[in-house]
Amino acid sequence: MNQKRKIRVLVAKPGLDGHDRGSRIIARAYRDAGFEVVYSGLHQTPEEVVQAAIQEDVDMIGLSSLAGAHMYLFPRVLELLKENGADDIVVCGGGIFPGEDIPKLKEAGIKEIFVPGTPLGEVVKWVEENVKPRT
Amino acid sequence: MSKIYSDNMLAEVRKGEEKWSKELDNILDQHPERLSRFSSVSDHPVNRIYTPDDVKDLDYEKDLGFPAQYPFTRGVQPSMYRGRLWTMRMFAGLGSARDTNKRFHLLVNEGQTGLSTAFDMPTLMGYDSDSPRARGECGKCGVAIDSLKDMEILFDGLPIDRITTSMTINPPAPIIWAMYIAMAEKRGINRSIIGGTIQNDMLKEFIAQKTFMCPPRPSMRLITDTVEFATKEIPRWNPISISGYHIREAGSTAVQELAFTLSDGITYVEAAMERGLDVDSFAPRLSFFFNSHLDFFEEIAKYRAARRMWARIMKERFKAKDPRSMWLRFHTQTAGCSLTAQQPYNNVVRTAIEALAAVLGGTQSLHTNSLDEVLAIPTEEAATIALRTQQIIAEESGVANTIDPLGGSFYIERLTRDMEEEAFEYIRKIDDMGGMVAAIERNYPQLEIADAAYKYQKQIDSKEKTVVGVNKYVTEEDLPVEVLQIEAELEENQIKWTNKVKDTRDNKKLKEALEKLGEATQRDDNLMYLIIDAVKEYATEQEICDVFREAFGIYRDPGVY
Amino acid sequence: MGIPEKIISGNIRAVARLIRDIDDNIPEAREVLKELYPYTGKAYVVGITGAPGVGKSTLVDQMVYHLRKAKKTVGVLAVDPTSPFSGGAILGDRIRMQRHSMDEGVFIRSMATRGYFGGLTQSTRSAIDVMDAMGKDYIIVETVGVGQDEIDIVRSAHTTIITLVPGMGDDIQALKAGILEVGDIFVINKADREGVDRTVSDIRLMIEMDEKRYKNGWKPPILTAQAVFDEGIKEILDEIKKHRKYLTSSPERKSMFQHEKARNDLVEMIKDRIVSDVLANIIDSGEFEEALQLIVEKKIDPYTACDNIVLKKLKSG
Repeated sequence: MNQKRKIRVLVAKPGLDGHDRGSRIIARAYRDAGFEVVYSGLHQTPEEVVQAAIQEDVDMIGLSSLAGAHMYLFPRVLELLKENGADDIVVCGGGIFPGEDIPKLKEAGIKEIFVPGTPLGEVVKWVEENVKPRT
Repeated sequence: MSKIYSDNMLAEVRKGEEKWSKELDNILDQHPERLSRFSSVSDHPVNRIYTPDDVKDLDYEKDLGFPAQYPFTRGVQPSMYRGRLWTMRMFAGLGSARDTNKRFHLLVNEGQTGLSTAFDMPTLMGYDSDSPRARGECGKCGVAIDSLKDMEILFDGLPIDRITTSMTINPPAPIIWAMYIAMAEKRGINRSIIGGTIQNDMLKEFIAQKTFMCPPRPSMRLITDTVEFATKEIPRWNPISISGYHIREAGSTAVQELAFTLSDGITYVEAAMERGLDVDSFAPRLSFFFNSHLDFFEEIAKYRAARRMWARIMKERFKAKDPRSMWLRFHTQTAGCSLTAQQPYNNVVRTAIEALAAVLGGTQSLHTNSLDEVLAIPTEEAATIALRTQQIIAEESGVANTIDPLGGSFYIERLTRDMEEEAFEYIRKIDDMGGMVAAIERNYPQLEIADAAYKYQKQIDSKEKTVVGVNKYVTEEDLPVEVLQIEAELEENQIKWTNKVKDTRDNKKLKEALEKLGEATQRDDNLMYLIIDAVKEYATEQEICDVFREAFGIYRDPGVY
Repeated sequence: MGIPEKIISGNIRAVARLIRDIDDNIPEAREVLKELYPYTGKAYVVGITGAPGVGKSTLVDQMVYHLRKAKKTVGVLAVDPTSPFSGGAILGDRIRMQRHSMDEGVFIRSMATRGYFGGLTQSTRSAIDVMDAMGKDYIIVETVGVGQDEIDIVRSAHTTIITLVPGMGDDIQALKAGILEVGDIFVINKADREGVDRTVSDIRLMIEMDEKRYKNGWKPPILTAQAVFDEGIKEILDEIKKHRKYLTSSPERKSMFQHEKARNDLVEMIKDRIVSDVLANIIDSGEFEEALQLIVEKKIDPYTACDNIVLKKLKSG
């Protein structure tokens, strides 16, 4: 029978920091919103994140960072997506970011940044409105 | 037996409460309470009122006693803060060893007697700055230490024979500690007189913070090596800081923080005793590290329960005889996870409440978070406000004038007892699984925490729990706060520097030292001695970690959610 | 280059997208699959199943490691259950295999069961065909052995491995009727745990009692392993090799396996097609809801309602 396309999301934690409370909570929230969530675990390099995103054919990558390395890691993910012809995948980020980094990240191509305290419902709504499964 | 309340009195109280309840019911029909259910941050239900009836079995001598007396519920020191205030220990570490050294000098000149070091992520994970896995992270959340050379710079000119140093490091703790020892000895300071703390608590890493390298069992061996080494060689060193802080930050409840931390403690004690150490030879050097969250009374009860539980565990389970083995001495940090990026100045108030709870709970030392911690590494101004918060509590509020001022409160005593019971229930469950290592291998504590964290987040989303500025009293615009940035050239310079160290050392001697260490991993030798030999040859942190990875295997995220 | 050519040349993005289309039931995917079919049949398919928490993903991870050391390319299909409440899923098996994600010889794909009418078996079989056509030497399919669908998926593999852990005595009794019967190899993982001997002897007894199953020459071996420590993995791969030899050594057995597989595949495909065509059609047209309402109101019995719909559809189809 005909299926509606489901939103597929990769929740990924690039870098060495292990604070995965946020990424695990968001993975559950996405599941409860009816998305298919691929969870790639801790301590991933940007290269590993991008390969996982491509192999899993996700519509979006949610990156989490809490240890200050986002200005290298996030743009690097975008760069690798482009190199692999996969820059149609939406990338957003969550975690701890100094205010002045947020516009820089958005300029680099991160679609949205979620800071601590953002309600889960708001994040889910943003995904539903801004991430369309491929047609 | 010294029961506090007589049966007659309790009967009177019950009668009174019944009458009060009936009268209240009539009023509640017209004026209902604000909530249909009241509960703590950890979702522990809270009653309308507590009376002697809620603590009717409380036995003063058995359950409370006096400060510095078993079971130490009211404190571990005889005069507590009337004698000496808690240590205001603020965590520092930024960028290069040279920058941090400057900051340390400043702190020591201001009279600080204890330093606390934060390391960057590659150092914490056992990678050198030039590792591909370290890209973009060098110096970001603390100082980068690759070799003994960096350690020499970090403490250059500092009186390490007089000050104590606390180092927040876990998988590579034996190596970083070895570098500290080697650095002292190179300066002609005998290892037996240096003092300090290494966090070195791997169990909570597997459970919560996820900074890991080798699997749990070999990690336990390395930790036990450090405990044995400290006992025999460096008696002024605290070889493990058994930490609940990160368990709470990962989203646990207060009871889970208490239970898993003490269960970790039990595991370390058992391992050291299996090594043949007498319990009273090392237990006095074990210290603890707890979180202070926003639920004021719950936190105070948690610290009191922790002291009583540890005393009972050490005396009854491990047959310790020295009272110092039964002391639960702890450091506290206010809850990073309670801070919000929205309306960040509110964080000063949150931190003040949390700090007050830690003090009323009898902490030995305290770190107060800065208001901008949720955005980046704190600026000096923000860190100063955080320190002033402690000073105001200590010297203006008057709460430090008497010992355990909330002891005897019906609510606090009941909550202390409830938390003790619930935490012992968890500990029993973990014992039944075969101890904490086995429980971790089954992902038991990890899943318990994940469930609690998700539940709490849902309660915030549904506004069942309030977070000011986040789900209530929200304002459109947040004030931008100034944040500290680390300059970009740091990584490049550190890599160049470490490469230079590698080029100028005696690589033949280094190779021999690493080979010896590798061979010893396959025997029962205490590895600390050989690690010190290797760092003296300027082996980098990662080179030694690679020996361990090769010998013991790499632990990967088991991925439970 | 057309999509089939891209797949055959091993283009990862094209493979990933086609599998997505298959999973989402996009009609165009079927046309691609038709063109790919001549290029399938070379890969060796291993199915692994067992209850949650027995360590299947870790086992797969170690098997991939050893197969790669032997220069074999590998495709992995990890199937996780969809939440019946939200329709979403967390697919976390990949975490334990992430060390292979930069290896071009390994393709890992997570799939959710999605829980619709029978489509899972079909979509996983098609995904296997795609990885086969892209040239993978081995394809490992991992499922949670709970539902009939999951059992059917692993049943279609050349070699089916059932994974257990010690101390599952009662569970073995319960599983006996279904899943244990399809096992070609039994692996007791986490063999350091208490009760391993008991579990081995329980399974042995069960196999002995089922004599007719190994009359034609293959008696399922029972192996012990500790996947986290890479212990017992080589032995598992050796047994897979033996089983492969067993399947292919005699021409009759080989043709019997192929015949049976073709029959199973075709039956599944027809069932799936009928279900999807008829059911989708009547749901879209509102006939389904209408019939449902009538049944609830007791205006019609379900037997008649079914006959009406199916006969009408089949005639028109």
